[in-house]
Amino acid sequence: MKPPGNRAGNAAFALLAVALAAFAATWLDAAVSRDRAAARTAANRELVAALELTDLCLFTEARYTRHPSQADLHTAFQDHPRALEHFPSGSLLPPPAILTEHHGRLGR
Amino acid sequence: MIELTGIRKAFNQGRENEYWALNGIDIAIDAEKVTVLRGPSGSGKTTLLTIVGCLSRPTAGRVRLKDQDISGLPERFLTEIRRQTFGFVFQQFNLVRGLAAIDNVMLPAYPCGLPHGELRGRAEELLAMLRLGHRRDSRVEWLSGGEQQRVAIARALINRPQVVIADEPTANLDTALSREFLGILEMLREQGKTVLLTSHDPLVVEASVVDRVIGLRDGRIID
Amino acid sequence: MAAWVAKQRYLIDYTVASLLRRKGKNLGLLVVYTLLIFMLASVMLFSHAVRREAAQLLEGAPEVVVQRMVAGRHDLVPGDYLEKMGRIRGVQAQRGRLWGYYYDPVVFANYTFMVPVAEAPQAGHIAIGEGIARARRAGPGDVISFRSYSGRLFELTVDKVLPAESEIVSADLVLLSESDFRAFFGIAPNLYTDISLRVANPKEVRKVAQKIADELPDARPILREEILRTYESIFSWREGIVLVLLAGAILAFAILAWEKAAGLSAEEKREIGILKAIGWETSDVIKMKFWEGALISLAAFLLGYAAAYLHIFRFSAAFLEPVLKGWSVLYPHFDLAPSIDGLQVATLFFFTVFPYTVATIVPIWRAAITDPDAVMRA
Repeated sequence: MKPPGNRAGNAAFALLAVALAAFAATWLDAAVSRDRAAARTAANRELVAALELTDLCLFTEARYTRHPSQADLHTAFQDHPRALEHFPSGSLLPPPAILTEHHGRLGR
Repeated sequence: MIELTGIRKAFNQGRENEYWALNGIDIAIDAEKVTVLRGPSGSGKTTLLTIVGCLSRPTAGRVRLKDQDISGLPERFLTEIRRQTFGFVFQQFNLVRGLAAIDNVMLPAYPCGLPHGELRGRAEELLAMLRLGHRRDSRVEWLSGGEQQRVAIARALINRPQVVIADEPTANLDTALSREFLGILEMLREQGKTVLLTSHDPLVVEASVVDRVIGLRDGRIID
Repeated sequence: MAAWVAKQRYLIDYTVASLLRRKGKNLGLLVVYTLLIFMLASVMLFSHAVRREAAQLLEGAPEVVVQRMVAGRHDLVPGDYLEKMGRIRGVQAQRGRLWGYYYDPVVFANYTFMVPVAEAPQAGHIAIGEGIARARRAGPGDVISFRSYSGRLFELTVDKVLPAESEIVSADLVLLSESDFRAFFGIAPNLYTDISLRVANPKEVRKVAQKIADELPDARPILREEILRTYESIFSWREGIVLVLLAGAILAFAILAWEKAAGLSAEEKREIGILKAIGWETSDVIKMKFWEGALISLAAFLLGYAAAYLHIFRFSAAFLEPVLKGWSVLYPHFDLAPSIDGLQVATLFFFTVFPYTVATIVPIWRAAITDPDAVMRA
């Protein structure tokens, strides 16, 4: 039934070897694609500077999710003073750091 | 070879169902002989067996193995001694279900870290000696009662112990298989092993291969 | 040493054989565990990569952006503010920016209209982001109609599509000429959306912002460092959905570990009793159980992590789309730069592999220290 030398433990080692190979492959991939990624990032940064962009285009639902860095204390309540958050992405974005740090005139 | 002095064993000590299984046992087991402990159930023979084989400790009394007092040793050393000196064959066999016969045989030697080829070779030899070579890779739950017992015996022998201990070995066997077992006993004695059995089966007690019979009753020796 | 290795291999043999005896259950366990790690690692890798991307890309953002607030809402900036900015000491250059939002009822999507600093398209022509090209299935040469608030229809020809690689910043952009912008939105010639400034000495930026706020009370300056800081805590574990996800994962782990630690079946207890009776020490039994927990959790961790890496960096975080997309229609194609934070990987490893391995050992502790003679009586 079981050929001699075919220990149960070997199955576990085989699985671990595969898993380790997959894990190592991710590090290899990251190293290999570093240059291409760096070139891409540089090109994008130039585009950001050329167009004077201020935000990443992650969530296009509302003004304060599309341009969170430009939002002020009031934008989340633009519809009504007691409007609750109704955009799911609002739960992924914290309010801009400046708003939670200091409140100057006009409640920046 | 094995000396017991003043052995007493209690269960549930201090509680209301306190029970003294052994009430002062003094015996000496001779080397390279087959000794049988005879007695009815409740006489304490299984308890005595576990104390001799270092599976449990006496409540009082001393155990000497080859002139070394082993009663007070910590668990670690006791286990080491047990593994090297004793091989146990349980009444219910207590084989690990789901594993093949040869894996069961090799199991007691796992903690020793022997080279795999060597250990496997030893196990195959033992199975062959007990005429179980063809059942090497069968799962133990598929084996017959007699075959299971022989696997249990092979397992008891894997670490090359000097003493083989068996608890009621023929309790679950018919006459034919019992005689086969006695044949194995002969083989073990020829190999120079010391054998200690418990039994209330007259077939075993009166067998010619048995060198000495010790009677037990109510936790005391009566012979 | 060789004996030690041989012994561990034997213990592993036993524990794997034991696992294989209940193949279905243990395979299911491995799959669930791997999925949990996949989920956690996906979120971890994604948020780290986006944060890093933001930190690097937004270095190119304007040094200062000045908005105008009226009654708590953004209002247009009059042209004379530009001159006032120019007179503030420390300001090297100032530019009125024109940009706004447009809702496209054809595909229910929001676009960002923008007049670029340089190389603006000629009148009647636009450049669009890849996201819009996908949503409207439009390419160079196609004409897209936009309806302005005045009701008039503007038909603009697509000159070019912005590079797909830049989607993360440009997916929803429509670049058009200033005349088209003002005509479309009805914005008078001397009004701007906001003002961008370049400062002579970057170290003086805060002082300049303070001066602006002092001189123009309705102006709201935003610094580049503040823009960068906004993105530092994006997808942080303290935020909404991520927190729920994390809590769910932790609960799932707790259930897995509790199921392991809750106790042994009679069969398992019997097996441990047998092992002790045939000569295994307590420590041998515990080591054997340790290997069970370690092998499963290690395999699950390595596989789950590798799958997460593949998911985020080669499949554009496809499974996160339902969470991230929300109500928006345009969803950028994430072409993130693979970046791995060793510390995060180590933390994930420690908090998943370690507890599970420990949980596997806990229940057998009591059984492992029992006297083997109990087996005789079983």
